[in-house]
Amino acid sequence: MAQGAVAAGTQYDYDIVKRFAIMALVWGVLGMMAGTYIASELAFPFLNFDIPQITFGRLRPGHTTMVIFGFGGNALFATSYYVVQRTSQVRLWGGGLASFTFWGWQAALVIGVLGYLNGITDAKEYAEFPWYVDVLITVVWVAYFVVYVQTLRRRSQPHIYVANWFYLTFILATAILHIFRNLAVPVGLFHPESYSLYAGVQDAMVQWWYGHNAVGFFLTAAFLGMMYYFVPKQAGRPIYSYRLSIIHFWALSFMYMWVGGHHLHWTALPDWTSSLAAAFSILLLMPSWGGMINGIMTLSGAWEKLRTDPIMLFLITALSFYGMSTFEGPMMSLKSVNALSHYTDWTIGHVHSGALGWVAMVSFGSFYHLIPRLWETRLWSTRLVYVHFWLATIGIVLYIAAMWVSGIGQGLMLRAFDDYGNLAYTFIESVQFMHWPLVVRALGGVFFVSGILLMCFNVYMTIRTAKQEHAALEARIAAKMAKVGA
Amino acid sequence: MKLNHESIEINAGLMIVLIMLAISIGGLVEVVPLYYIEDTVEKVDGVRPYTPLEQRGRDIFIREGCYTCHSQMIRPFRDEDMRYGHYSLAAESQYDHPFQWGSKRTGPDLARVGGKYSNAWHVKHLNNPRSVVPESIMPNYPWLLETELDYSDIAARMRALKAVGVPYSETDDEYQANVEKFGKEVAGMLDINNAERNLIVQAEAGNYDKDPGSVTEMDALIAYLQVLGTMVDFSKYDEGYFAEFR
Repeated sequence: MAQGAVAAGTQYDYDIVKRFAIMALVWGVLGMMAGTYIASELAFPFLNFDIPQITFGRLRPGHTTMVIFGFGGNALFATSYYVVQRTSQVRLWGGGLASFTFWGWQAALVIGVLGYLNGITDAKEYAEFPWYVDVLITVVWVAYFVVYVQTLRRRSQPHIYVANWFYLTFILATAILHIFRNLAVPVGLFHPESYSLYAGVQDAMVQWWYGHNAVGFFLTAAFLGMMYYFVPKQAGRPIYSYRLSIIHFWALSFMYMWVGGHHLHWTALPDWTSSLAAAFSILLLMPSWGGMINGIMTLSGAWEKLRTDPIMLFLITALSFYGMSTFEGPMMSLKSVNALSHYTDWTIGHVHSGALGWVAMVSFGSFYHLIPRLWETRLWSTRLVYVHFWLATIGIVLYIAAMWVSGIGQGLMLRAFDDYGNLAYTFIESVQFMHWPLVVRALGGVFFVSGILLMCFNVYMTIRTAKQEHAALEARIAAKMAKVGA
Repeated sequence: MKLNHESIEINAGLMIVLIMLAISIGGLVEVVPLYYIEDTVEKVDGVRPYTPLEQRGRDIFIREGCYTCHSQMIRPFRDEDMRYGHYSLAAESQYDHPFQWGSKRTGPDLARVGGKYSNAWHVKHLNNPRSVVPESIMPNYPWLLETELDYSDIAARMRALKAVGVPYSETDDEYQANVEKFGKEVAGMLDINNAERNLIVQAEAGNYDKDPGSVTEMDALIAYLQVLGTMVDFSKYDEGYFAEFR
C-alpha cells in the first residue's frame, strides 16, 4: 500500500488508529451481545442456566465494561489519536508508548471482564475492575496523557482546535475520577480482592461523583470532541459558533463534577448534597444543549445532506438523542420525579438513550467517515449504512419506549395504595407486569446488535477491497517500472 | 498581555491547569464536608462491624453481583416504610466497604431483609427462587450450598478492613476499646486473633443451611442477609430524632 499512501499514511501514524478502531468494533459486538443476553435473562430467567459465569449479576458488569471501556474507550483512543494528528498537522508522538496504550488497554479489558465472570469484582458500578487492573489502567492512562500532550505540543498550528479541548478535559477528569474512586486496601499482594477506602455514605457520594462523571467526561465530553471534528468534516462546513463552543466547554467541564449526588436523592446522603447536585443538574441543561445546538446548526444551509448522506444522518441523529437525554436527565434529577424513577428501568432507559442514541451513533457516524480514510478507499456499501442506521434507530426506540413503560409502570405500582391505605401491589406483581416490556427491550437489543454486525461486515469488505486495490495498483506500477527498465 | 480566550487556546500548559481547576471544585465541595459535618452520620446505638461469617457472606454478595438488582437503601416514603420498614440511616452502613446501596430494584430492597424470612426459606429461595416465588426472575444459586466456604484468608480480610477504618481488634488495647464500645460479646467477635474460630462457631450455632457438618457459602450469605437492618432498635428512638440529621 506504500505507493498509494504517500501523503497521509507517512505523515501521520494511522496504524495505531486502525488498531484501536478495529478493537472498538470487536468490543462493541461482544459488549452489545452480552447486553442483549442479560436483557433476555431478565425476560426469561432460565437463560441463566445455573452457570455461575453467565448469571445476570456477573455478566452485567461485563456488559457495561465492554461497551463503555471496550467500545467507547477504544473508539475514543482511535478518534483522539486521529484528531490530534490531523488538527495539529503533526505525527503522533511516542510510537512505542502509543502502542503500549493499545496493548495495556486491551489487557485491562480482558483481565477485568474474565475476572467478573469468575466473581472477581470491586462491586462499584462502572469501576468494578479489581485493584491490580486499576493499577494497570492508571499506568496506561498516564501514558495516554503523555502521548496526547506531547503530540499537541508539537503541533504546527498555533491554535489548539476545539475537539482537543474536549479530549483533554476527558483525559484529565478520567484520571482524577479513576484514581480517587479506586483507592482501596488489597486483602493481600497476591489476593484479587480489596476493600474500598471509603465506607457507607462517603463511599456512596464518591461512587456517584465517579459514576456520573464517567457519563459526563468519558461518555459525553470525549464524544463531543469526536463530534467537533467529524461533524464539520463530514458536513464540509465550519462549526456553527466558535463562541458557543468556548462557553459550553468551560461550563460543561465545571458543572458536570457537581451533579453526581442526584443519584442519591432521598437516601441517607444529607439533603444539602443531593439538592446542590440537583441544582447543578438543571443548570447543566444549558451547556449540554449548547453542544447539541452547535453540532446540529453546523449543518445549517446544508440540510439536504440528511437526504443524501447516511453518515450525516448518524451524526445528526446522535446529536438529537444527546439533546433528548440531556433534557431527560435534569428532569429525572428533580426530587419529585426521582422519587418515582429511581431504582426503576426508567433510569436504564435514560442511560441507553444516551449510550445507544448518542455515544454509539456518533461513533458509528465518525467511523464510517474515518475507516475509508484510514485505508484510503471508499466505503464498500453506502446502502448498508442506511440499513444499519434504521436497525439502530428502531432498536433504540423499542428499547427506550419499553423502559419507560416498565420503569414508570413499576414506579406507579409500588407507590399505589388501595382504598384502605394498604399497598395495592406486592413487589412481585410489579415484576410480573414488567415481563412484556423486558421482552421488547431485549428485542430492541437484537435490532441494535444486528446493526453493528452489519457495520462490521461493511468495514471488513471495505478493508478487503482496499487491500485488493492497493495490491492491483502496486502490480500495475511494478509492471510499468519493469517496462521502463527494459 | 491581553487576556482573552486565545491565550488559552495557544498554550496547552495553561489549558491543562485551568481544566484541572474547573473539574476539581465540584467534587471537593461535595465530598470533603461529608467527613467533617458531624450530622452526616447519625448518632445511634447498636451498629457494629460484621462478624467474620457475616463479612464472608458480604464478600459473596459482592462476588455474585447482587447489587446489580437489589438496593440496600430504604427511602423515607410511606410505601417504602410499609413494604420494607424504617428508612435507612447513614449510620447503618458506616462499616460497609464498599457501600451496597445499589441503584436498581429489579428485585426488592434488602436493607431490612434480616429476620424477615426463616433460614430455611432463604436456603430454598437462593437455591431455586421459583420454588418459593413462582413469578421470580432471579437466577438460581445452587453452587452456594455445594461450595465449602473458604475462610483461610479471613484474618487477612479483617486486617485490610481494619486498615480502612473498621474497628476490628488485634491488640489487647483495641480489644478493650471494643468492649467499651460494643460490649464484651460483640467485641469478642471482632477480634482478629479468634476470627477463624468465631466464624466456625457462628456457622455451627446458626446452622443456616441446615447442614451441620460443614460451613458452606450458603451459611455465610444467609448469616449476612439475616443481620441486614437489624442492628438498630428503632423502638428506642422517637419519630423526630432521626429527622434532625437529614
